Amino acid sequence: MPATPERPDTPDTPNMPEIPEFVATATLIPPRPEEAPKDHTMVLNMGPQHPSTHGVLRLVLEIDGETVVKVVPDIGYLHTGIEKTCEAKFYQQVVPLTDRIDYLCPMTNNLAWCLAAEKLLQLEIPERGQWMRVLLNELTRLNSHLVWLGTHAMDIGALTVFLYTFREREEILRIFEHVSGQRMMTSYFRIGGLALDPPLDFFDSVQSLIKILPEKIDEYENLLTGNPIFINRLKGVGYLSAEDGIALGVTGPPLRASGVDWDLRRDMPYSSYEKFKFEVPISNECDVWARYIVRLKEMRESVKICQQALDGMPEGPIKADAPHVVLPDREKMKTQMEALIYHFKIVTEGFQVPAGEVYQGVESPRGEMGYYVVSDGTAKPWRVHMRNPSFATLQALQTMCAGRLIADVVAVIGSIDIVLGEIDR
Amino acid sequence: MGEGLLTKDAVFESLAQNVAIQAVRAAHPEAVVDAKYDRDELTLVIATDQIRAVCRTLRQAGYNFLEDVTCVDWYPSEPRFQVTYHILSHKLKERVRLHAMAGSIDPSVDSITPVWPAANFYEREVWDLFGIRFHGHPGLRRIMMPEEWEGHPLRKDYPVEGYR
Repeated sequence: MPATPERPDTPDTPNMPEIPEFVATATLIPPRPEEAPKDHTMVLNMGPQHPSTHGVLRLVLEIDGETVVKVVPDIGYLHTGIEKTCEAKFYQQVVPLTDRIDYLCPMTNNLAWCLAAEKLLQLEIPERGQWMRVLLNELTRLNSHLVWLGTHAMDIGALTVFLYTFREREEILRIFEHVSGQRMMTSYFRIGGLALDPPLDFFDSVQSLIKILPEKIDEYENLLTGNPIFINRLKGVGYLSAEDGIALGVTGPPLRASGVDWDLRRDMPYSSYEKFKFEVPISNECDVWARYIVRLKEMRESVKICQQALDGMPEGPIKADAPHVVLPDREKMKTQMEALIYHFKIVTEGFQVPAGEVYQGVESPRGEMGYYVVSDGTAKPWRVHMRNPSFATLQALQTMCAGRLIADVVAVIGSIDIVLGEIDR
Repeated sequence: MGEGLLTKDAVFESLAQNVAIQAVRAAHPEAVVDAKYDRDELTLVIATDQIRAVCRTLRQAGYNFLEDVTCVDWYPSEPRFQVTYHILSHKLKERVRLHAMAGSIDPSVDSITPVWPAANFYEREVWDLFGIRFHGHPGLRRIMMPEEWEGHPLRKDYPVEGYR
């Protein structure tokens, strides 16, 4: 039996911090008339079961009439303790867990984890493996942005776009299923490379998809960019200055829409992104509209990167030559004694990772996704921490929503493109 | 990549031009307890009581973006908790990692929310999952677990499957 857990603090513990912010649950009980606050504000509960909060985000809004005074996000409804689970798994067993953090960009999470583990192991991945990872990551970005565009427009009231974007998203998911066997929880990357060679017609199907995508993006723009209702709902809403964005830890498209020219793919390249040519779209308008424009431009850039990856895809192996880390091919495992032994050892005991700590950040569709991994020299990570873009971006809600109407909160949440799975982990 | 530099003296000698090291050494000569440069990543172990001042110095030196605050539990060794900060410079395209150690009895560290408001949620998360107090934090409440939860789940002496 383990020891009884240390009890959390009782009020008489010294150094107990003051809690100036109101405790949400208590304030939700309506006060009696004689106790009613004199400042005429009201507390409104939004979520966790609300269609425009994209999951189970609960917002406690303090409103004065219809004007938002304060936004307090209440999160944790999807907390599953993934970081704790990682500590009990072998390094290679963590890959499927990373899919489930952000279910809209599984490959990006796979990549961040694999890069971090490879950095600890000091493994070099063959070029083809790196390029395949870039290609799949950009497809993931397109997938995620398509979902964002559809749901964001739907929040604003433009229902049609959702049907259009999900039509193309289905094609991307079909490619994912083709290459990995799974539509959403792909788990296709491995520490040391990729799980399997891509199927024979994989490149053809990607080519035919990215050939039609620019036209499709034009089609979405025809529906939205000139639409007066859409423009009026988005322009000037959710203002976030560059200084506030940086101070509050905002990353990715929301930060670039505030005029900060920063993209990890270009500025701190990983997985041979330095070999690709692409623009980093930025905007100085700092509002919801700017975030919409930046993301749409990003989709076009992603298509370009995919095209470059297809054109220049190097030949060669997709896995590193490291038999103690990378599982052998099935064929070898069934015919060679040595390969069988390695396979057995990796599956039953995992592989030992040299002690040390690394941080690997990648540019996910939502911003900077970073994995901090601490190894103590055994086959299981001592500590895994995920730095999630949405978690930090959520802190900027107050700045973006204060003084605006309740309806604008919906537009702002849509514009920061949150995924609650990665916030709560 | 080669071998890393694992001692403070070696790091100070080889990376004398590093902006972060220069700024911290100039402003707080006693603050850096240990240093490490491993796998192309710089780690500075900072005296716990100086962490806020060091963060402020780094921010002025161009390390403008706080990426992450988290914690590692080194149970059963002492000092047990290692609060870890990742700070990025957009201008220099460089990262620096800071460690602040805290003992197992009433672990506490100064909050860096006055320097970067972004630390707010991260410190709440560390409080929630590790039970480390941050002095000067504007509202240190649980963030992931329910308000009435007992214990801090990411501590190493907390079983993976919880108490039944």
